[in-house]
Amino acid sequence: MAGSEEKEKAVFDVDAASALVNELRCTFASGKTRSYEWRVTQLKNMLKMCDENEKEIAEALRQDLSKPELESVVYEIGMLKNSCRVALKEVKHWIVPEKAKTSLTTFPSSAEILSEPLGVVLIISAWNYPFLLSLDPLVGAIAAGNAVVLKPSEIAPASSSLLSKLLVKYLDSSAIRVIEGAVAETSALLEQKWEKIFYTGNGRVARIVMAAAAKHLTPVVLELGGKSPVVIDAGINLQVATRRIIAGKWGCNNGQACVSPDYIITTKDYAPELVMLSAIKVSFQFFLAFHFLPCCCSFSCFFNCFVLIQVDTLKNELERFYGKTPLESKDLSRIVNSNHFTRLTKLLDEDKVSGNIVHGGERDKESLKIAPTILLDVPQDSLIMNEEIFGPLLPIILVNKIEESFDLINSGTKPLAAYLFSNKKKLKEQFVMSVSAGGLVINDTTVHLAVDTLPFGGVGESGMGSYHGKFSFDAFSHKKAVLYRSFIGDAAIRYPPYTTEKVRLMKALIGGGIWNIIQALLGWGKA
Amino acid sequence: MESELESMREYFKSGKTRSVSWRLSQLKGLLLFIKEKEAEIFEALKKDLGKHPVEAFRDEVGTLIKSINFALKGLKNWMSSEKVKLPKIAVLSSAKLVPQPLGLVLIISSWNFPLGLSLEPLIGAIAAGNTMVLKPSEMAPACSSLLANVMTTYLDTKAIKVIQGGPSIGEQLLQQKWDKIFFTGSALVGRIVMSAAVKHLTPVVLELGGKCPAVVDSFSSSWDKQVAVNRIAVSKFGNCAGQACIAIDYILVEKKFASNLVELMKASIKNMFGDNPRESNTIARIINKHHFLRLKNLLSDLAVQKSVVYGGSMDEENLFIEPTILLDPPLQSEIMTDEIFGPLLPIITLDMVEDSIEFINSKPKALAIYAFTKNEQFKRRIEAETSSGSLVFNDAVIQYAVDTLPFGGIGESGIGRYHGKFSFDTFTHHKAVTTRSFLTDFWFRFPPWNGQKLMLFETVYNFDYLGILLVILGLKRCKRNLDVI
Repeated sequence: MAGSEEKEKAVFDVDAASALVNELRCTFASGKTRSYEWRVTQLKNMLKMCDENEKEIAEALRQDLSKPELESVVYEIGMLKNSCRVALKEVKHWIVPEKAKTSLTTFPSSAEILSEPLGVVLIISAWNYPFLLSLDPLVGAIAAGNAVVLKPSEIAPASSSLLSKLLVKYLDSSAIRVIEGAVAETSALLEQKWEKIFYTGNGRVARIVMAAAAKHLTPVVLELGGKSPVVIDAGINLQVATRRIIAGKWGCNNGQACVSPDYIITTKDYAPELVMLSAIKVSFQFFLAFHFLPCCCSFSCFFNCFVLIQVDTLKNELERFYGKTPLESKDLSRIVNSNHFTRLTKLLDEDKVSGNIVHGGERDKESLKIAPTILLDVPQDSLIMNEEIFGPLLPIILVNKIEESFDLINSGTKPLAAYLFSNKKKLKEQFVMSVSAGGLVINDTTVHLAVDTLPFGGVGESGMGSYHGKFSFDAFSHKKAVLYRSFIGDAAIRYPPYTTEKVRLMKALIGGGIWNIIQALLGWGKA
Repeated sequence: MESELESMREYFKSGKTRSVSWRLSQLKGLLLFIKEKEAEIFEALKKDLGKHPVEAFRDEVGTLIKSINFALKGLKNWMSSEKVKLPKIAVLSSAKLVPQPLGLVLIISSWNFPLGLSLEPLIGAIAAGNTMVLKPSEMAPACSSLLANVMTTYLDTKAIKVIQGGPSIGEQLLQQKWDKIFFTGSALVGRIVMSAAVKHLTPVVLELGGKCPAVVDSFSSSWDKQVAVNRIAVSKFGNCAGQACIAIDYILVEKKFASNLVELMKASIKNMFGDNPRESNTIARIINKHHFLRLKNLLSDLAVQKSVVYGGSMDEENLFIEPTILLDPPLQSEIMTDEIFGPLLPIITLDMVEDSIEFINSKPKALAIYAFTKNEQFKRRIEAETSSGSLVFNDAVIQYAVDTLPFGGIGESGIGRYHGKFSFDTFTHHKAVTTRSFLTDFWFRFPPWNGQKLMLFETVYNFDYLGILLVILGLKRCKRNLDVI
């Protein structure tokens, strides 16, 4: 009944949160979640849940974000299933204690590092990839043997509601729970003591989360964002680069992704090799990259400005992907809500940049759609260059020499990702050395997310901690150091009363001759 | 202060601290300081804490030498990038993890091992190539001064600074922007540090404390009993007079073995520390009046006083407390609820030694749990059913010296870890770097979308190479109806 439902919803306050945590602590204390079988069952059920509800999940994502079905199936469900599979395959290896070498200092002894679950953990997820960002950390928390509360984002309500329904159906609700809600519910949850809090979102809320965690000395993983730059050098295959940039920007939730290319940095200069190469490649591209459609960048060869060639290539490829009227394309997500729509249009309409739009700029408030938009040579102090865009707007910043781009990037806060397109070995090395970001990709964008052997996380303002693959397991585990000592062979030098003899022997043990060490080990040193 | 830190950031940007040679030179400089100024170090520790030089060497100087040598040996390896395995389908792509320094870090250390707890993190921060500010504890002024005035002459002061001071300096430092804060101290201040770190989203390592229990099982062999008792006695009383985060806080033992244990402990204490430990200087003193009175206060409760079975005498003028054993003080008394951090050792008796697991779990997680037992099943239970920063069987405190074990807490006892390579890792950002070639790309990666592209993604994700071929050849069709929504 509506009345009692409302009553139920209103009741999730601090007391309810406290009761929830206590309940989960009891479940955890029972040892249920620690068993290998339990972990495997939950992960298998999660896989089943994805398989059996693909349509419903895609529908919820279409409702929340107008997300194209392929993006939903591939980037959310596909990547999640991959995570489950990797965990299912590997968890038996991950839980094996790691042997640690011991030295003479503690001889005789043996040591190991044991992975144990933390206890009851909280996962707060984001709205742009509501399934992936809720369930991918959950895979790690389960694989590590914890009890979990998941709080999906209320800004993607259909997904939040579906997650709540599905997790109850497929997973063990005595240990895994979903709490839906907004600020009030999240605050109630944050007042509790958790063994870990895993938060995906923005820097402002991250500070609220960390402040709440500090009260209980709760460790946190914060997966945030930033302005992920793309540096484009001359002398590259511009068409391939452009496609990869488009795939990473507009192909990822229409730019609403933490690792989406935020802006491009390139040189003002004329790049003759590029023009030549482009001309040659136009004819050769038929054989390139298994691609069979004609290239349309021939006109750009006649412009003598590198950046204009880039813009032209972008325009052409964008049209190929999304058609002449991108606002109507089914292959582009919409903007999530009117708040963000207003935010983005404000960035576009600022006086400083509104004249710099070289492509796109169309918008439809009713359907919350903004077309892929490129801006050229925007000023550094514009709004669009001072906040994470998180939308389909792509500014291009110009520098005199490509090396200047690294200083430009380093003058801002550290982003979650940084991308470079270049064939020059030295430039690549300099990029890796000098640009600090969560992760770097050379000659592509965003693909590193799919590599489960790479830790995915930020540094500085873009976050702390990391996950994916074994890193997820580690993020939700306590690595307990265990030392086993025997009762034989105690060095008398360890004990008072202290004598100069003992000092001598101790020094010998730290870095002395063999005979001295033997003496010390067998306790033959004079007491 | 801001301008000083700004110049340190500039220095870091110059890249000077990133070279192998700089890091090695600083570590060697530290080593030289410790070796050349050993006498001064012993004197400072004697002055601040009344530590005997052997104790000082064993716990601080010696372990630092060991740690520096370990870092010197491992540094090149630690600094090298690690190649990461990619699936076969990632043709002509490669990925690696590149360790990079974080930037400018803050190390706040504690007073009980003023040299050790300042320099162990420093070793890690240097090895990782950072610039750093160290704030030693003002409660150990001689050591603080030694670090600020003498140690710095061995190091590159453009990159490594020591700032002395008390809580107000600490507060000022915490307001600045750091790339990491490493704090050793109490949980109370740990919360203040972490709350301050929120402003700049600074990651923290908090090395705190807790009540580290020692579970003592019964032993049939008197040799084993003696060894266990000796180890307990030295770990409690011989380690900065129990003022150590990993010192044994209290003992759990079965009722029937308790009196035997007490007798053995008394004998062991007399043997090691003599009849007049203050004179023999085998036990450090209490750091200051405040802590002395705090400890005195723990024994003020009448019921607690009654439970004292050995020792108990206190010398306020010299800030000295003799080794004291208590048998079954009331569980609600402060001595059993707060971290003792002093030479008072309560022994709690239980009906069965296995009850110790429940007892331990009723308290916040400790930095370490010690279990003296030969019962393999009991060991497994303790491992699986308790949680602590570290766990040691048949000894105590010694895990501090093992470079290959992470040293850190959990829950109330802390966040993060260090020692050995873990120190290097804690001050490093392991950056993921992926490189692709322009020559290979999958056309199905790009819109416009259709069923075939979806199938290709699916088969690629499954590493179903045959499936990929079949889809390309048109022999496998998309079962989904993409337009149904």
